[in-house]
Amino acid sequence: MSSEAKPTRGAPVKSTNLHIGEIKPGVAKVDPIIVADNVTRTFGGLTAVDVEHVEVPRNAITALIGPNGAGKTTLFNLLTGFDKPDTGSWVFDGTALAGIPSFKVSRMGQVRTFQLTKALNLLSVLDNMKLGAKGQKGENMFRALLPWTWRAQEEQIEAKAIELLSRFKLDTKAEDYAASLSGGQRKLLEMARALMSDPQLVMLDEPMAGVNPALTQSLLDHILDLKTQGMTVLFVEHDMQMVRHIADWVIVMAEGKIVAEGPPEAVMANPAVIDAYLGSHHDQDLGATEEENVVAMKELLDADDES
Amino acid sequence: MEVTGLARKRWSRVVVALFVALLASLTFAGGAVVHADEVGTDEYDFVFSGNVKFDGEPLEDVLIKVEGNGYSAEVVTDAEGKWKIGVPEKAEYTVTLDESTLPEGVIVTEEGGATKKAEFGLTSNKTVNFFIGEGVRTTTSFLDQFIGRAFNGLSFGLLLALAAIGLSLIFGTTGLNNFAHAEMVTFGALAALTLAVDFAWPLWIALIGAVVLSGAFGWTLDAAIWKPLRRKGVGLIPMMIVSIGLSLAVRYTYQYFYGGSTRQLPGADGADIKFGPVSLSPVDMIGMGISVVVLLAVAFFLLRTRIGKATRAVSDNPSLAAASGIDVDRVIRIVWVIGGALAGLSGILFAFYRPGVSWDMGFQILLLIFAAVTLGGLGTAFGALVGSLVVGFFIEISTLWIPSDMKFVGALVILILVLLVRPQGILGRKERIG
Amino acid sequence: MVDFWQIIQNAAIELISPTTAAYALAALGLAIHFGYTGLINFGQAGFMAIGAYGYAISTLTLGFPVWASVLVGIGASVVFALILGIPTLRLRADYLAIVTIAAAEILRLIFTTNTLEAVTGSADGLSGYKGGFAALNPIPPGNYGFGPFEYNAYDWFLRIVAWTIVIIAALLAWQLMRSPWGRVIKGIREDEDAVRALGKNVYFYKMQSLILGGVFGTLGGMIFILPRAVVPANYATTLTFFIYTILLLGGAATILGPIIGSMIFWVLLSAVSGFVARAQAAGWFPGMSSVQAGQTRFIIVGIVLMLLVIFRPQGIFGNKKELAFVK
Ligand SMILES: Nc1ncnc2c1ncn2[C@@H]1O[C@H](COP(=O)(O)OP(=O)(O)OP(=O)(O)O)[C@@H](O)[C@H]1O
Ligand SMILES: [Mg+2]
Repeated sequence: MSSEAKPTRGAPVKSTNLHIGEIKPGVAKVDPIIVADNVTRTFGGLTAVDVEHVEVPRNAITALIGPNGAGKTTLFNLLTGFDKPDTGSWVFDGTALAGIPSFKVSRMGQVRTFQLTKALNLLSVLDNMKLGAKGQKGENMFRALLPWTWRAQEEQIEAKAIELLSRFKLDTKAEDYAASLSGGQRKLLEMARALMSDPQLVMLDEPMAGVNPALTQSLLDHILDLKTQGMTVLFVEHDMQMVRHIADWVIVMAEGKIVAEGPPEAVMANPAVIDAYLGSHHDQDLGATEEENVVAMKELLDADDES
Repeated sequence: MEVTGLARKRWSRVVVALFVALLASLTFAGGAVVHADEVGTDEYDFVFSGNVKFDGEPLEDVLIKVEGNGYSAEVVTDAEGKWKIGVPEKAEYTVTLDESTLPEGVIVTEEGGATKKAEFGLTSNKTVNFFIGEGVRTTTSFLDQFIGRAFNGLSFGLLLALAAIGLSLIFGTTGLNNFAHAEMVTFGALAALTLAVDFAWPLWIALIGAVVLSGAFGWTLDAAIWKPLRRKGVGLIPMMIVSIGLSLAVRYTYQYFYGGSTRQLPGADGADIKFGPVSLSPVDMIGMGISVVVLLAVAFFLLRTRIGKATRAVSDNPSLAAASGIDVDRVIRIVWVIGGALAGLSGILFAFYRPGVSWDMGFQILLLIFAAVTLGGLGTAFGALVGSLVVGFFIEISTLWIPSDMKFVGALVILILVLLVRPQGILGRKERIG
Repeated sequence: MVDFWQIIQNAAIELISPTTAAYALAALGLAIHFGYTGLINFGQAGFMAIGAYGYAISTLTLGFPVWASVLVGIGASVVFALILGIPTLRLRADYLAIVTIAAAEILRLIFTTNTLEAVTGSADGLSGYKGGFAALNPIPPGNYGFGPFEYNAYDWFLRIVAWTIVIIAALLAWQLMRSPWGRVIKGIREDEDAVRALGKNVYFYKMQSLILGGVFGTLGGMIFILPRAVVPANYATTLTFFIYTILLLGGAATILGPIIGSMIFWVLLSAVSGFVARAQAAGWFPGMSSVQAGQTRFIIVGIVLMLLVIFRPQGIFGNKKELAFVK
C-alpha cells in the first residue's frame, strides 16, 4: 500500500455506467454490493425507513442524501445490524445479512462509522487504530496470556496503524489519548480505524460534518483514494458541493423512502429531490428546519448553475 | 452437623437441594420444608418457644411462624413437639401455628385462633402454647387466601409506588440512580416517630409535620450535595456511587442516634375489621386511601400543571427543555422536594404496614423500589406506579407457594425475567443508536 | 488513657491479614468489571458468597477434598456469572447494576432461608470446614514472627496462601490488560457500539470479563471464610459497597490500586475504629456509648466514599487522565 496519494486536486475520475436500464428509484446495478428489499422500520407510529428496493454499486462512491430525519442513519443502522427492521431482507456481497449481528457484519467487510463520532476516549490514538485490525490472535483471552504467540502480529498491526495514521496526518498524535483530539481529527481517526480491517464496503455517516474546510479537502481525497484501492464507499452527506464533487451515484431518501437515484448532476436537477428537500407542505411549515432546507435548496440550485 | 459418614448417602439429596435452590432462584417452585426445630437462637438473644401436644401426645412437623418488626422466621416442631425461634428484639411479635400442618381432625381450639400476639416479660424467653383439640378445621379457601393476600399486596404496592415515583422523577430529570432514596424513606418514619412519640404531638399533626420535614430533607440534599455536583459536571456513575456513600453514612447516623431497636408509632395496633376474606385495620384502610389520593394528586400535577408538564419535558430532553426556556434547576429542585415528601410519606405508611420504625427500614425495601422503577421502565413516573403494584402483588401472592422468608426473592426474579423479555421495562422506550 | 501503640499494632496486623487479601481479590475482580470493562457489577458480594458457600457446602455436605471444593466454588461462580450476564449484558449499564444487586440479594435470601437449613445452616451459617485446608499445611506447628505479626503455623499458612493467590491474580490481570484482549475490554468501557462496529463480539467479551472478575471475587470469598465462619449476613449489599470504596481508593482502572487500596482501607479502618472505641472508653467523647462508637466506622466509610468520588475519582494510583468513568 504505497499510496503516496497525490492529493487529487482536479476533478476526480467518476465511475459511470453503474446501472441497468432506465434510471428510477430502486434501479438495478451492473455489479451491486448491497441489494436490499422491503426494508421497513417504524418507531411507534413513525415510519423511519420504508425502502422497497435499493442496490449499491460496487467499487464506486455512492452518496445517500436527504433532509433531516429522512431515515438515512436508521437505514445505516439496519444494514449494519445495529438495529432490527420490522420487515425486509438484504444481501451483502452475496450473503443474506438479515438477523446477522453487527460485529459479524463488520467482520464480513462491511464497516461503518457513526454520525456522532465514537472515539474511544481513554485509549491512545494508536490503540484506537490497533483495535480496528481483524483476526487478532491476542484477542483470545487464553492466548493473551502467552504474549509470544501474538507479538509478531501485533508488530505488523502497529506498522499498518502508523502508516494509516500518517496518511491521515495523525501520526504525531499516536501516543495521545483520543480524548485530546479535535472534533475533525476524531472523524479522521474513526475513518482510519475503520480502514484497519481492510473492508470491502465503508459506510460513512456524515464524515464531513464539523470538519473545517482545510481538512475537508484531505478527507475527500481519502475517500476517493478508497475507491482507487478497490473499496466501495457509501456515505451520508448534507453538503451538496461535496456530493457533486466525489459521488459516482446518489441515492435520495425522504420520509423513509428512496425518492430518486442517479448520477449527481441528474439527481440534483430532479424536481422530486428539490421537493423532498423543501417538504411537500413547505408553505405550511416554517421555522428552523425550513431555513436549513432553504440553504440546501440553494446549494442544489447553485449546483445546477455550475453544471 | 453430621459430616463425612453420611456424605455418600446424602449426595443425591444435596444435589436435589442445590438444584432446588437454583430453581427457586429461577422459578417459584419452593423447596420442601426441611426439618428444623430451632431457628435464630444462636443469633438472637430473645427466644420464643413452645410445645405442641394433642392429648398429651407430642405433634411433630407442625409449622410455627413468627413475624413482626420487619422480621420473620418459621420452624417445624421436633419429635417431642418442641420448637424455638430467636428474634432480634424484645418486642411484640405475632406467632402463628399453621393448622394445615396439624394431623387430620385436629385444630387449634383457642379463642383467638391459630394466631397470637406475644411479648416478652422480664426475661428474654417467652413460652407460647396453643390449645389443641379435636374439631373440623375452618379452612380458608384458596380463593379467599388469594384475595386476602392480594389486598395486602395492593396496600404494599401503593406505598412502594409513593417512593418509586419520587425515585423515578429524580432519575428522569437528573439521571441519578439515587441509592440514598432508602434513607429518605426511613427519614419520614423517624421524623414521625420523633414528633409523635418523643415530642408527643397529636398524631395527625406529627405525620403532616414529618412529611413536610421529608420534603425539606429532599430540598436540603439537592441544595447541599446534588446541585453542587451537577455544577461540577460529575458524571452519572460517580454520582450514583456518591449516593451509595451517602446512603451508608446517613443510615448509620440514624442508627447512631435512634439505636438498633424497632419502635411503634401510636395507633399501629388497631384491631382488624373483617370484610369477607379481607381483614384490614382502620390504619391500613386510611393508609391505602392516602396513597391513592396522593398518587392521583401526583398524576394531576404531572399531567395538568405547568410545572408538572415542565418536569416531564425535562425528563424527556433536558437540553431541549432548557433551550425552550424552562428553568431546569427549579424543576429539579421541585422534584427533589416532591421526591423527599413522597418518600417520607411512604416511610410513614411502611411503618404502619410492617409495623414498626427502625433505622434501616428503608434500606430493606430499597431493592424493591428499584425493582419497581426498573420494571416500569427507568424514568417513567407511571411506569414506576405499574411496577410497584406488580412488585407489591407479587410479593404477597407468592407467599401462597413459597416460604415467607423468601418472598422478596420472587419479586427480584420477576425483575430479571421482565428485563429478559422487555429490556426497556414495561412502559419504557428504546434508545437510539448512532 | 488511650493506648496509641496498641492501636497502631492492631492496625498493622490488618496489613497482611487474610481478610485484607480477600477484599483485595474481590476488588481486583471489580476492577476488571468496573474499572476496565465498565460493567457496573453491584453483586460482588454474591460472587463472594458463592465462594464461601461453594467451598463450605462441598466440604461439609459432600465431603469433597480441598481442591474439589475450590473447583465447585469456581464452577458455581461461572454459572452465576452466566445467569447474570445472559439477560443483562445486552442492556444499558444501569440495568446491570440493578440486576446484579438483586441477584446477590436473592442468593443471600436463599442462603438464609430456613427451607434449606440442612445444607446452608440458615441464618446461623456454617463452620467446621477448615480441617482439609489445615491438613495441607507444611509448616511445623509453633509460633513464628515478630511484634504484631506473630502467628501460629495455620495463620501463617493461611496468609501465605492468601497473598500468593492475590499476587498470581494480579499478574494474570496485568498481563491480560496489556494484551490485545485488554484493549478490546477497555474499548468496550469507552463505547461498546464503536467496538462492535470494528467486528468484536462485545457480548462475549463482556461475559468473559464478568466471569473472570467474578471468579476473583469467588476466590476472595473462599479466603474470607478461612479465618472465620460462613454467616449469610456478611454477604449483604454493604459488602459490595465496601469493595467499591476500596477500588476507588486505589484507582478503578489499575492493578495495584485494589490491593494497596485494601491494605489502606483495613489499616485505616482498624486504626480509626480502634481509636474511637478506646477514646470513648477513656471518656473522650461524652454522650457516646460503646455501641455508638462501633457504628462510627460505617459513617466514616460512607463519607470517605463520597469524598473520594468527588475529589479524587482516579484513586491513589489512577492516572488523572485515565479515569474509568469520566463520561
Ligand atoms: N431510536 C429511535 N426512537 C424513536 N425514533 C427514532 C429513533 N431513531 C430514529 N428515529 C426517528 O426516525 C427518523 C429518521 O431518523 P434518522 O436518524 O434515520 O434520520 P437521518 O436521515 O439520519 O437524519 P439526519 O440527517 O438529521 O441525521 C427521525 O424522525 C427520528 O426521529
Ligand atoms: Mg443521521
